[in-house]
Formats: sequence, structure tokens, C-alpha cells
Amino acid sequence: MNRIKKLFSTFLLLELWKGLLVTGRYLFKPKITVHYPEEKTPQSPRFRGLHALRRYPNGEERCIACKLCEAVCPAMAITIDSEQREDGTRRTTRYDIDLAKCIFCGFCEESCPVDSIVETRILEYHGEKRGDLIYTKEMLLAIGDRYEEQIAKDREADARFR
Amino acid sequence: MESLRQLFEQIFGTEWGSMLFILSTNVTFIFAIVVPLLLGVAYLTFAERKIIAYMQIRVGPNRVTFFGIPWLRGWGQPIADAVKALMKEIVIPTGANKFLFILAPILTIMPALAAWAVVPFSAELVLADINAGLLYILAMTSMGVYGVIIAGWASNSKYAFLGAMRSAAQVVSYELAMGFALVCVLMMSQSLNLGDIVKGQQGGNMLHWYLIPLFPMFLVYFISGVAETNRAPFDVAEGESEIVAGFHVDYSGMAFTVFFLAEYANMILVATLTALLFLGGWLPPIDIAPLNMIPGFIWLLLKIAFLLFFFLWFRATFPRYRYDQIMRLGWKVFIPITIVWIVVLGAIMQLPESIRNSFPLNLWF
Repeated sequence: MNRIKKLFSTFLLLELWKGLLVTGRYLFKPKITVHYPEEKTPQSPRFRGLHALRRYPNGEERCIACKLCEAVCPAMAITIDSEQREDGTRRTTRYDIDLAKCIFCGFCEESCPVDSIVETRILEYHGEKRGDLIYTKEMLLAIGDRYEEQIAKDREADARFR
Repeated sequence: MESLRQLFEQIFGTEWGSMLFILSTNVTFIFAIVVPLLLGVAYLTFAERKIIAYMQIRVGPNRVTFFGIPWLRGWGQPIADAVKALMKEIVIPTGANKFLFILAPILTIMPALAAWAVVPFSAELVLADINAGLLYILAMTSMGVYGVIIAGWASNSKYAFLGAMRSAAQVVSYELAMGFALVCVLMMSQSLNLGDIVKGQQGGNMLHWYLIPLFPMFLVYFISGVAETNRAPFDVAEGESEIVAGFHVDYSGMAFTVFFLAEYANMILVATLTALLFLGGWLPPIDIAPLNMIPGFIWLLLKIAFLLFFFLWFRATFPRYRYDQIMRLGWKVFIPITIVWIVVLGAIMQLPESIRNSFPLNLWF
């Protein structure tokens, strides 16, 4: 009897129909794809994207050219030159990040004693020719100025865990 | 039609006029078949990507559109793919036999298109209503394997050659089972003319389709068809997730696209033949008022689409067969089944009951 049963299920392809029904059911399930440019996945406040240099509320740049970020950077993507200003403080004259080298580990942000260099949530940037991905001090400060609100909010949200 | 013929005869004289008339009508018919067929092939690739994506809870191609119309999003994809393929370079390998290398894709697509000459789209709508239609189809579909072998040989690469061997062996093995399944249909219909085969399935409802008395043959034919066209789960010749492409590794650009087109054209052909031979071709499932108002052509298209959906469904569902399992299924399962069924069918047809009814194997009356 069992043999006859097996014979019938083999010739009627019962197991194959079971498999087909599984994929058949999935055909009508709601799709989980995120339609990227229109929809975006949520980001954490700790998201590590494009870098920015921040300023104090009075407009003074935070960076004091301690070069901790340059030292800690595992990819050696940061280059800093510094000199003394007239008021006696030490400031950077050059602060370059080579984003082609950067591995977005966030060590520079963590090492910074004055919260100057930070990583923002920006991930949609590109370079069209050689050198486009080397971000200079002016560019990084401009990014910082533009997104200061978001940056400050993210630091605030994460402050308890730091 | 007749007035057009007279017009031709007036312009070109009686002899030349009628000849030119036949030529021009045939060319028109050929275009009327081939152009929709190639469009169908293009959109079959789209349907495949969409359906398989949906079965994998993805959405598939949904960007390319025509003139920025939002609800057509994705429908421009096959056109974009075709344009891309046209612009690519056809690389001919250094050691390749140039003539055979170019000939192979042509030899592959030619029979896939030529076989459509005898396919009846409705009771009257057929390009060549010849009495050896089924033989012609068998001959044409067997031609396709030459393209495969020549492609593998002309590439002058051991990988392409091995791929061609695998592919050719598979196609040839399943052709046998396919041929035997067709013999059963011939015994039922007692005709080689595809139109007559469909007319033999007439009788009011779908119980008269050869699907019912020849159900095992239907399965054998359809599964062999899947194997013939080197489609999943029998696509070891291509095996895109394991090996590279098989016999057409060295092809690129339009030459590759022609192989691609031929594969999909063959899929449509197998689906069409299955619809004609087993699912009653252009006949409606039940011959009552609302259903038989729809032209037969539409019914045939619906049946083809239904079978093509199975091709795609199989690809989304089944894991690939191992090569020896493919050979086992072809030689040790399908061929014995078909031979036994031919003998059983012959015996039933010779029963006094069947002979008296003069309709072979009349199971229902």
C-alpha cells in the first residue's frame, strides 16, 4: 500500500507542487525592498559619514591643532599643519582629510578633546576627478557650518553614553 | 485579398503578378509573426525578472520608463537592455574560427523563428498549413543543437567546448522522450497537421483536450521542453551561479544577445506547442456563450502565457539538477514511461469498443 502511495506521489509530482506552492505564496507577499532615493533606512545618531569641523557658538573654530586625530588615524588620511596666531593660540593652517583613504572608523572623532572633528550623517557625496575626495579645512568647516544643528543634536542624543 | 491580387496582376502581368502577390503576402505574414514574437521575447525577460523578484520578496526592475510616465516604470527595461547590447563590442577571440563563430548564433535563432511558420494561431490563421507540420517542428527544433555545438567548437576554448558538450548531450537525450510523447499525440489525432491536431481536441469542453487522456505525456513533454531549452532546473549548461555560461562564454554584445533571444524564443515555442498539442490550442475551455465569443487567438495567447509562467515559476522554485540526475531522468524515467504509454495507447485504440466508435480512445462517451 505504501509503495503504491509512493508511486502515485512520485508520478503526480506531489513534492514538486509543495515547493511550487511555497514560492507561489511568496509571489503575493508584501515586498520589503526600500526604494532608495525615495525612501531611506533610518540612521543612528552615531552614524559615521562625511567629516565636518565644528565651531563654537561665537564663531571661533574649535580645532586647536593637537594632532591627536592625525596620530590616531589608522589609514593616515588626515594631514595637519599648524602655527601660532597673533593672539597666542595655536590653530591649523591646513587640515586635509583624504576620503579615498578614510575607513570611517570614527577614531578621529573619539580622540578629539574639543569635539571639533566629527562625522556627520551625510553619505551621498562623490568626486568626479582625482583630488575631489581630498577635503580641505575650508570645505570641512563649511560642512560643519551647514549641518551644525543636526551635528549638535546627534552629540546631545549620544552624550549619555560617551 | 482577391482585389489586391488583381491589382498585382494588372501592374506586373499575370504570371509575375501572382508570384509577387504570394511573395508579398508571405513576407507580410512573416513580419506579423516575427515582430510580435521578438517583442514577446523582450517582455518575457522582463516578466521573468519581475516574477522571480516577486517570489523572492523583491520588486525587480522598476526604474526605466517611457517618456517619464510613472505608471510604466520598469516597462522600458527590455528596450534599454536591447540598446545596451547593441552598443557593446562583439569580441572575437584570437584563436576562434571567425566564420563559425558568427554562424553559430544565427544557426541557433533561425530554427527558433522558422518553426513558427506552421503554428496555427486560430482555425484559419496559419502561415504554412502543411500536412507534415509536426515533422517540420521536430526537424527545426533539432537544428538548434547545431548552433550550440558550433558555438562551443568555434570559440576554441576548452570551457566553451565542455559547455557545448553538456548542453548538446542534454538536448539530444530529451529530444527522444519529447519525440515519443509526440508519437502519442499523433496516435490520438491521426494527423501530423497541427491545425488538425487542435481540431481533433474539439468537442465542447476541456475534457476533450489531449491533456486528460495523455496526462503523463503532457508532463513528459513539458518537462522535456524545459530541459530542451536549457532552463532551470535543467540549466547545468549555463548554471549562472556555479559555472560561467557554458557554450556561450566567449560571446559578447549582440552575438550573445542572439543566443539569449533564441533561448527565450524556444521557451515560447515549447509553450505554444504544449498549448496546441495538449491544451487545445485556440479552443475555449468550455464552448458556451461568453467564452466562445473571445477570438481563438486570445485563448492561445492565454494558454501560452500560463505555460510560460510555469517556466519562470520553476526557475524561482527548484534547485538545479546534478548532471547525472538529468541523464537518469531522461533515459531511465521518461523514455520508458513514454514507450509503455505508446503500447498502452495502441492497445486501447485496437479495442473493439474504440474501433466501433471510430474516435480513438473516446473516454467520455
